Formats: sequence, structure tokens, C-alpha cells
Amino acid sequence: MSQALDILFTASLWAAVLRIATPLVFGTLGALICERSGVLNLGIEGIMTLGAFVGWVTVYQGGDLWLGLAFAAFAGAIFGILHALLTVPLGLSQHVTGLGITLFASSFTYYVFRLWLPVSSTPPKIIPFQPVQIPGLSDLPFVGEVLFNQTMPTYLALLLVVVVSYVLANTPAGLAVRMSGENPHAVEAQGLNPVAIRIAAVTIGSAIMALGGAFLTTAAFDSFFPTMIQGRGWICIALVVFSSWRPSKALLGALLFALFDAYQLRLQHVVEGAVPYQAFLMMPYLLSIAALILMARRARVPQALMQPYRRGER
Amino acid sequence: MRLERRTDVPAGVVVIAPICAIVAALAISGILIAFAGVNPLEAYRQIVVSAFGSRLSITETLARTTPLIFTGLAAAVAFRVQLWNIGAEGQFYVGALMAAALGHAALAGLPSALAIPVLMLAGAAAGALLLLGPVLLRLRFGVDEVVTTLLLNFVAILFISMMIEGPLKDPLAFGWPQSVPISPDVALPKLVAKTRLHIGLLIAIAAAVIVWSVQARTVFGFESRAAGLSPRAATFAGLSLSRTLIVTAGLSGALAGLAGMIEVTGLKGYVTTDLSPGYGYSGIVVAMLAAQHPLGVVAAALFVAIVFVGADGMSRALGVPSFIADVIVAISLLTMLIALLFTNYRVRR
Amino acid sequence: MNRNIALELKGITKTFGALRANSDISLVLHEGEVLALLGENGAGKTTLMNILFGHYVADAGSSVVFGKALPPGSPRAAIAAGVGMVHQHFTLAANMTVLENVMIGTEWLGSWRSNRDAGRDKLVAIAEKFGLIVDPAARIGDLSIGERQRVEILKALYRDARILILDEPTAVLTQIEAERLFVTLRGMAKDGLSLVFISHKLGEVMQAADRVVVLRGGRVVAERDAARTNRGELAELMVGRRVSRPVRQASKPGPVVLSAEAIDVVEDGRARLDGISFEVRAGEILGIIGVAGNGQAALGNLCAGLARPARGRMMLDGRPLEKASAKALVAAGVGRIPEDRLAEGVVGEMNVWENAVLERARERRFSHHGIVDRRAARTYAGELIERFDIRGAAPETRTRLLSGGNMQKLILGRNLAASPHLLIANQPTRGLDEGAIAAIHQELLEARKNGVGILLISEDLDEVTALADRVQAIYKGRLSAAMATNRIDAKAIGLMMAGMWEDRA
Repeated sequence: MSQALDILFTASLWAAVLRIATPLVFGTLGALICERSGVLNLGIEGIMTLGAFVGWVTVYQGGDLWLGLAFAAFAGAIFGILHALLTVPLGLSQHVTGLGITLFASSFTYYVFRLWLPVSSTPPKIIPFQPVQIPGLSDLPFVGEVLFNQTMPTYLALLLVVVVSYVLANTPAGLAVRMSGENPHAVEAQGLNPVAIRIAAVTIGSAIMALGGAFLTTAAFDSFFPTMIQGRGWICIALVVFSSWRPSKALLGALLFALFDAYQLRLQHVVEGAVPYQAFLMMPYLLSIAALILMARRARVPQALMQPYRRGER
Repeated sequence: MRLERRTDVPAGVVVIAPICAIVAALAISGILIAFAGVNPLEAYRQIVVSAFGSRLSITETLARTTPLIFTGLAAAVAFRVQLWNIGAEGQFYVGALMAAALGHAALAGLPSALAIPVLMLAGAAAGALLLLGPVLLRLRFGVDEVVTTLLLNFVAILFISMMIEGPLKDPLAFGWPQSVPISPDVALPKLVAKTRLHIGLLIAIAAAVIVWSVQARTVFGFESRAAGLSPRAATFAGLSLSRTLIVTAGLSGALAGLAGMIEVTGLKGYVTTDLSPGYGYSGIVVAMLAAQHPLGVVAAALFVAIVFVGADGMSRALGVPSFIADVIVAISLLTMLIALLFTNYRVRR
Repeated sequence: MNRNIALELKGITKTFGALRANSDISLVLHEGEVLALLGENGAGKTTLMNILFGHYVADAGSSVVFGKALPPGSPRAAIAAGVGMVHQHFTLAANMTVLENVMIGTEWLGSWRSNRDAGRDKLVAIAEKFGLIVDPAARIGDLSIGERQRVEILKALYRDARILILDEPTAVLTQIEAERLFVTLRGMAKDGLSLVFISHKLGEVMQAADRVVVLRGGRVVAERDAARTNRGELAELMVGRRVSRPVRQASKPGPVVLSAEAIDVVEDGRARLDGISFEVRAGEILGIIGVAGNGQAALGNLCAGLARPARGRMMLDGRPLEKASAKALVAAGVGRIPEDRLAEGVVGEMNVWENAVLERARERRFSHHGIVDRRAARTYAGELIERFDIRGAAPETRTRLLSGGNMQKLILGRNLAASPHLLIANQPTRGLDEGAIAAIHQELLEARKNGVGILLISEDLDEVTALADRVQAIYKGRLSAAMATNRIDAKAIGLMMAGMWEDRA
């Protein structure tokens, strides 16, 4: 039993927490931006898959790692625009369209992946982002290993939390996005176009989601394989509810979640065989459901979330 | 450009919409096929040939149609009352696991005529129970069932994996993770000898007809249609929304569970974690292509099965990755959504 | 008086499907003028103003503001040209602050900082100038309806509007609030603003406007100086023909059918009804009058079986109502007309016959062993169509295609055909034209004559005084004592609607 507790005091656990949280932070922030504007984006799972592939293949083809992230974000934005066009001006069901986008983006990715690499042996590897060494800081005991030995995309994710928080709360554009999610009629009546605002928000949100996928192939691992997203997108959707649609709480949720995940991975080795490993693997999904139950009644949902806005229709 | 609601929907449009959607999906997917250096028309010809070219391929396509009819029905009945059951994949697996768990030995003594229906009930019950949780969470706590059913798919498959590497592991499978086989007594009879086509197809078609008559003729069907179209008006009229949702969830989950049970007893004989190539998710596409009509589900399931079986053959013949089947199916979901929109709306300046 | 022209509409035409909402409408608004746009529901007033403001694009015609043509379909252009609109259904986000609701759209979207301090100062200055005081930091959801309207007006003034359009501004106000609003509007006009207010109420048009343009069936039918016309003339112009509403005959009420004793209702964690008591007797109409948003919705839900009292007791036919579900009430012979007919009364996508039997599909006449008897249901729907003169309907017609009046006749019909002894009518004529109102009133009075006890919840003073035998006012979730309508005048009822009954008692 003490072994199970000891895990909590290892630096490697906390370093892993930040690493595991990174794709969730990207995904949750992206989904949060979409939902704040009033659009549920269930395309997230597919968009993260696509981002993972595009990020990896860019580097595999000789591109820079940062170029990989940029291309991944761009690809995510393209599918984001598709989702936005279908759900915003056309007002199609956000649930079904989102699932359609996920099915399309992931099957498209697998198709292109197979076209690129017909051989189905072990997928080739790339040289991923390396942990950044900050002289002095990185050598600090514990803190150095946890906070100052991460890859650049992790820092980018943390920076994005601050930026998205600030933009939503303090800029005219953020106000427009929030108002579109609360009452698009109020936006239109003040001379802005809620349709355009929602499309823009979904596009940007989808680009950020794709970064979450790309992190997996360019920083956490070094290759792409199908089904590698493993429901992380759906977990992000649950985390958005958990966060009550607030970026800072989204970070908190992702970290909490990653802590459980990192902990269970290590606990598996401790209890070795006594509990089937699948029981541990189920934990993230069950935790997400628990988070949803916990927050469902408390969260302040954007009032116009999932309500299509058609001009001249009330 | 604005969308304006049509005052009435012309009868023909309802039939034309899915055809337009499929043609559009094939056209878009054709571009991707062309990228593989293959003439799309040739690829589509190969798909049809591979799906229909021989007696064997026809039976193979129909065998593939069977689970898709069930999962398509599962989605169709649920979506009709705005119950977003995206968990048919998980419900499929628990139904399948039931077949293996009970069909291995527990029911072996019973005559087939009794054992098979008992097994069907068990598979259906397992699927229904798995969906009941998310529905109760929605009714009690207001938790969106889309996310919970999606997440439960992963839980269900991990649970299957746990079982087939644990208590239900087949000791004779040389370490492969697969479940114990079902007893021959509970195997479904073949429809065509020496092929993989079994009477599950007939059960699926019967299920579609039953669902259709329930929806079209019964008071329950009538009331649940009202509840789906306008929850507020139905509530005002004194119909119980929670009751409708719970009964529908039972029905939807049961159909998905049956799909898994029948796939095991009719085709595979045991459970693995790759038993379903996404039947649960494809069922959503089937339901949408059918515009939620139970009889339309049969036709739509056949279409999706043709694409999947045909694409496998086409892939072998022409070297286009068989993932093109998933692409075609996914795009046809999106194009069908658009087509449905234009059956109810028209574009105005 | 020869003032500059602020706004000119020329030949505006707009159709929705087969409906011609506006045809060839032209009008002029001068600077500093208050123009009333008078017309019945469905006359095309709101459509016209929505075209001016850019929510809709006209099929033909143009708008000229201060001498410049306004590009169609752009609220942004309308705002820039100095047009502001106060929508009937407020366009405010309930979860956000007053300042946020006012500032949205006023700053460049690429800006890295929203200048809230400057915005707050400007808002406070305008609010003080026009006497429209609200707290900029308050959440809209916490404000009263009257305060929300102030925010709507402030939004327009903040954008330096010189032409202000108000769509049915008094619909949600008490008489006192309305009079205060008219004083404010007068002040604005004196300040040089030009105002258009849309209304179907003759009294306020005569009181507040300089000039009246009357719309009927999508056309301008007349234009009058307010000083040189009278209510009678305007009424006739607005309705176009002499429609006389039926008159209530004296009757002898029977025993009490429904009574409520000191009932509280809590919805969404808020107390909506506070210790209300009333009695409805057979063969009489009890009117509950009040300004929108004072608890009518909760009262309607309570009587329709959709809400449970947190405290107090309901008695139906002398027996306590233990389980007042919608289903139980239907079975007990209670007819119910919901407040929002399209959202609650019918399923628009279903056929007329399906809606006719929606509440009673489980009854033996419409189903056997769980199978719907379509023939019986269709026959029944045919009878309703015949008996209640539901025009444009066959049993197979999609219900949403019916006009509001005919949809209401269907709902009323399916309730009355079941010979109820109690009818709950919540806003039964809201949004209907004069002809349909008369028909609905006729049916209600007929039912009353046949001994049905009727609870009429309405915001329309004329309706209540015409129909009800007794009236109680609802204000902030409480009910006044009942007054016989033939012993009280409209002015006294107006005071009751503002909650001023307790001081006098």
C-alpha cells in the first residue's frame, strides 16, 4: 500500500502529468472555443486524428517540427470550416454532423496514411520535440524535472490557456464569441454577423484541437498509427462540461485527469497482475462520465449551445 | 442566401434525397480514388463486381448487411425520439459477449429451438441495460447521452478484452485473445449452405418490419413520434417523456445487443475485440441514409454492406486502400444531412 | 410644420412563401416626430421594420435614411446610418451584464482590449440624460422586464441612433410603466430623435403619436394626424370591416368547479406563485389579468397539471387534487389551452387528425389493444373541422400550415368536443386577428352558457372585461381579491395590474 502512495512523490509522475495533459489541454480549449460560440464540435476525435497524422507526415517528409504543427492546425481548420458551414449557415444537427466529421476526418486520414505508406509493417519514426533544457531551472531537484523538462508544445498549450482566457474575457472579439453562444439574436441586432463569428470560432477551435493530435505524434511519441487518439477527443468534450466552459478550469480539469491517468499507469506495475490491466484502462472513460455527472447541474451552459441560428427565424 | 421552410414536401423528394446524397458521396470519394492513380469509375465497377459478382460474394454482402440492419434500426428508433444513442458499438459487444458467455455451456443442454431464443433475449437485455445507464443519467442529472454513450463504447470493449483474456478465455486458442466458442446447439442455421449467410438476415428483416409496424400503428409509436417532434407539446398533452425515452432506450439497446449476439451465433462462433469493424458507428449512417425509416434501414444497410464488401475486393484488385469504404460511408452521412435539409427547406436569395 | 425627412420607405414589398407580408409600402418619417405604425397582428408592421433594420431583405423597394439609400439586409449599415431598433422580444443575453449587452458590436473586433471604462462612462451619461437608470454591472437575467426594455433602448442610444424603432414597446409593461415610457419617448423626440412605434393598441397610439400610419393586410390603408382622428375611426381602418366581438349575457353561476387555496409554486428554484387563491364556478368565466411575466406561466402550468404546488391545496369538483398530472386532468374532463399554441398546443409536423387525438390516443374510441384506430381518429378530426369551422384544414393537413386562428380553433375544438366541465384558457387569443378573436370569444361564451367553468388567463384588458364575470389581477406571483367586472372600470383594473390592490384593501 505504501508503494501506491510513494508514486505520488516521484517527479516522473508529475512530469508525466503535464505531458499527458497537453493534448487534452489543446483539445479541451479548442472544443471550448467552439462551444462558447454556440457550436458543439463532435468532430474533435477525427480532427485530432487528422492533426496527429498531418503533424507527423510533415516531419516525416522532411519538414520542420514547427511546420508540422502549423500544417496540423491548418488541416484541423479546414475540417473545422466544413463542420461550421454545415452546422451554422445550414443549421444541420450539431450532434450528427460532428459525428460525420469525425468519421470523415479519421477515415480520410487512414486512407491517406495507407496511400502514403502502403506497407503495413511498423510505421517509420521521426525525431520528435525534445525536452527544453533551461540552464539552472532544469537542474532544480523535482521542480526542474517536472516543470522545466517539457517539450515546447507543452509550454505552447499552457500559453494558449492564458491567451484564450484573456481573449474571451477582455477583447471585443471574445465578447462577440461569448454573446453568439448566449444569444445570437443579440449579436445580429447590434450589427455583427453571428454566423460569421461562429464559423470563425469553430475554425480556430478546430485548429487548436488538431494541435492536440499533432502533439501525440511529434512530441509524446514519434510515429503515427491508426486509432491512436483512443477517445481523447470525447474526453475533451466531457472536460469542457467539467470546466464549466472556462479556460482556466479546463486546464485544471486536464491536469486532474492526467494525474489519474499517470497514476494508474504506475499503479498497474505495483499491483502487477492482481487487477486486470483493462480495469485501469477503463478509468479515464469512467472518470469522464463521473465528471459529467458531477458538473452537469452546476455548469453554466452557453444558452444558445446547439441551437441553430437562422436569420429571420425565431 | 436564406433558407426558407417548404410549405409542403413533395413526395418524390423523399426518395430522391438519399440517391442524390449517395451520388454526391461517390463523386467526392472519386477524387480520392483518382489520387491513388485509379480511374474512379473502374473502382466503382470493381466494388459492384466484388459485392455481387458471384454467389459467394452475394451471400457475403448479405451477411455483412445483417448486423448493419440491427445497428441501423437501433440508431433509427433512438434518433426518432431525439435520444442520441452513439453507443451501439458497445451495446453490440456486450450482446456478443452474452452469446459467448451463455452459449458456450450454460445453455448447451437445451434444445436449439429454446436455447437460441433465450440467447437472443439475453443479448438484447445486455445491450438494453448498457444504454439504460446513459438515459437515466440524462433524465436524472441532465448529462448529454452523446458523450456518455461514446465513452461507454471504450469501456465496453475494454470489458470484453478483460473477459476474453480472463474468465472467458479460450484455452485452445494458442494464447490469442478470444472467447470460448459457442456450442453448436446455439449456432444459427445457415440460409445458404456452405456460405456464411445465416438466418440472422431474416431475423433482421423481420425486426425492421416489426419496428415499422410498432411505429406506424401503435399508440406507443404515435406518442413517441409526437414526443420526438415536439417534446413540449407532448408533455403538455400528458405524455410521459421519460417513459418514452426509457422504453425507446430499451428497444434501441436491445437491437444493438441482438446485432452482436447474432454476429457471434450466426457467423463468428466466438468473440474477439475486432468482432465489429465499426458496425455501431456505421449504424448511425444507415439510419440517417434511411431518414430513420425502419424499412429504409434495410436498403441503406445493404448499400453500406456493398461498399464495405466491395471495397475489400476492389482494394485487392486495384490497390486502392480499403479505407475508401469508410470514407464513402462517412461522406454519404454528411451529404445525406444536406439532402434532408433541402427536402424541408429551399434556398431563397 | 415643414421639417426635414429622417426616413423614407419606398415601395417595400416582401413575400414569405405564399404570404404577402408587405406590398408596396411607402412612408415618411420626419425629424423629431413620433410616428405610430398601427395594425392588427399579421398586418405586416414588424416585417416592415425588420426590413428597414436589415433583418430581412425586401423583394422590392428601398429605404432612404437622411437622404442616403440604405443597403438592404445589413443591420450594421442600418445602425451606422443612425437607425436603432427596440425589439419586442428583447435581443439580450440573460447571462451577461448590461454593459456587455450594450457594448457588443461597438468596438473593432481586432482590438486587443475592450475599453470598458470608457463604455461605462458613456452609458451612464446617456442613461442619466434620458432618465433610463440601470446598473451597468447588473446581469440581464436579474433585471425586471421594464429594466430590460431600458437596456434595449440604451443599446440604440449608445450607438447614437437618431431614428428609433420600437416594436410593441408596451406589450410587457404595466400601464404606469407605459406612461413613463411615453414621457421618455416624448423627451427624445423633443431632443430631435425621430421615433416609430409599432402598436395595435388604439389608446396609446392616440396618446403618444404625432401621426398614425395604419397597415392592414400588408398595405398602407390610411395615414392620419393623431390630433385629427379618433379611436373609432382608427379601429375601423385597422380592422377594415366592422367586426363586433360577442357580448356576454348575464348568467347564474353554478357550484365551484376548481378552487385553489393559498398555493405556492416554485419553478427552477424560484418562487413563481405566492399564496394564491381563487375559485372558478360552473357557467362563469374568471379572468386573471396581468402584465406578462408576473407568474402567468406558472399559473398556467399549475392548472394544466405541469407544475405541482409547493404549498396549498387544489380542489377539483370538491375533491382535493392529489396527483394533478396533465393526464389525470384530461381524464377528469378538464380542457386546457396552452399559452404557446405552436410550441405546446400542437405538434406542427403532425397531421390535423393526429393533433386532434394527441391527448386521448389511449382512449378506447381511438385505439384498440394499443393499435391506433386511424379511421375513427380521422372521422373525429373531420367532425372538429366541421363543427369549429377550422378553415384550410383536412384531417391529413400538416398542422403547422394552419393559420394561428385556425390552429387555435383546433386546440379549442379538441377540448370542447370532449364536453369538459372546466376549461383553462391561457392567452387564448394572443397574436390572432380580429376575426379569429371574435370566433374564439364566441366559443368561450358558448361554453360558459353550457355550464363550463372557465379560467381565462390574459394580458388583454379588453378581452377580460368583455368575457370575464369576475376578475383577479396577478402581480409578482400574487393574486388580488376577485372583483365583479361589471362593478369596476378599466382604470381600476389597470391599477390592480400594477399591484395596487393591497394599499386600498
